[in-house]
Amino acid sequence: MISLTHYLVVSAILFTMGVLGIFMNRKNLIVILMAIELILLAVNLNLVAFSSFLGDLVGQVFAMFVLTVAAGEAAIGLAILVIYFRGRGTISVDDVNRMKG
Amino acid sequence: MIQLLAFYLFAIIVCVSGACTILSRNPVHSVLWLILAFFNAAGLMVLVGAEFIAMLLVIVYVGAVAVLFLFVVMMLDIDFTQLRAGVMKYAAVGALLALALVAEIIVAVGAWSAGTLALGRRVAPVQDGVPNIEAIGQLLYTRYLFVFEGAGLVLLVAMIGAIVLTYRKRSDVRPQNIARQNARRAKDATRNMNPAVGQGMEL
Repeated sequence: MISLTHYLVVSAILFTMGVLGIFMNRKNLIVILMAIELILLAVNLNLVAFSSFLGDLVGQVFAMFVLTVAAGEAAIGLAILVIYFRGRGTISVDDVNRMKG
Repeated sequence: MIQLLAFYLFAIIVCVSGACTILSRNPVHSVLWLILAFFNAAGLMVLVGAEFIAMLLVIVYVGAVAVLFLFVVMMLDIDFTQLRAGVMKYAAVGALLALALVAEIIVAVGAWSAGTLALGRRVAPVQDGVPNIEAIGQLLYTRYLFVFEGAGLVLLVAMIGAIVLTYRKRSDVRPQNIARQNARRAKDATRNMNPAVGQGMEL
């Protein structure tokens, strides 16, 4: 039978992969944003699994709010990415610290 | 039995496609792997009885966020081979941090299953016979109404922010200005001249 631990293991693997993705793709801002989406997916999976196995619906409601914030974050992040590329011609993260104004 | 089989299928595909998302060379492939990961995570959520969140995941992520990613990836003209240059440089630090995270998660799960945390209280217990969507709706429109409206506000701010950030006035194109067109009259646009013979017109 599926237990809560199964779900926790899957979401831990997914979360760790997201963190690893942020570190490995230091030059590619798009993949970093995707890695953040993976992390948020892992968090959602955790919330839903706990909500279901403990019999409390609040976890699913909160997962919905996480989803909302993730959507907004993706929109704003990609908008910043587009204007960054427009001004600089690259999406490498190594020189983001030179961003002014 | 079939449940366990489905769980392992979804879980393995989620993990593999998550790995491919961060490892593939082409960001377009990354987006496609991400879509696969979201689909299978939705499958995992259906398996555990959270249909509403699963469908929301498919609609919001696959329908909106992934398409947004695809648009941006295809709009930017980037040399992707050069972006892969320093991948292995940070892999060691990343792996170290990832291992630390895994260890922390294992400790946390161990502490939880040892029963040291009191999780007996239920804020909104699941009732038998009430569908998932109905139960979530009941909760969302009563107890969490203001938080729900706050979420709507977050989306509104994100939308306005994205538009404000990417909007630019272009000087190299001449867009149609309908108000100016309509306000223009014949007497503003034409002049009646009567030049003498042999003299040109000064415009």
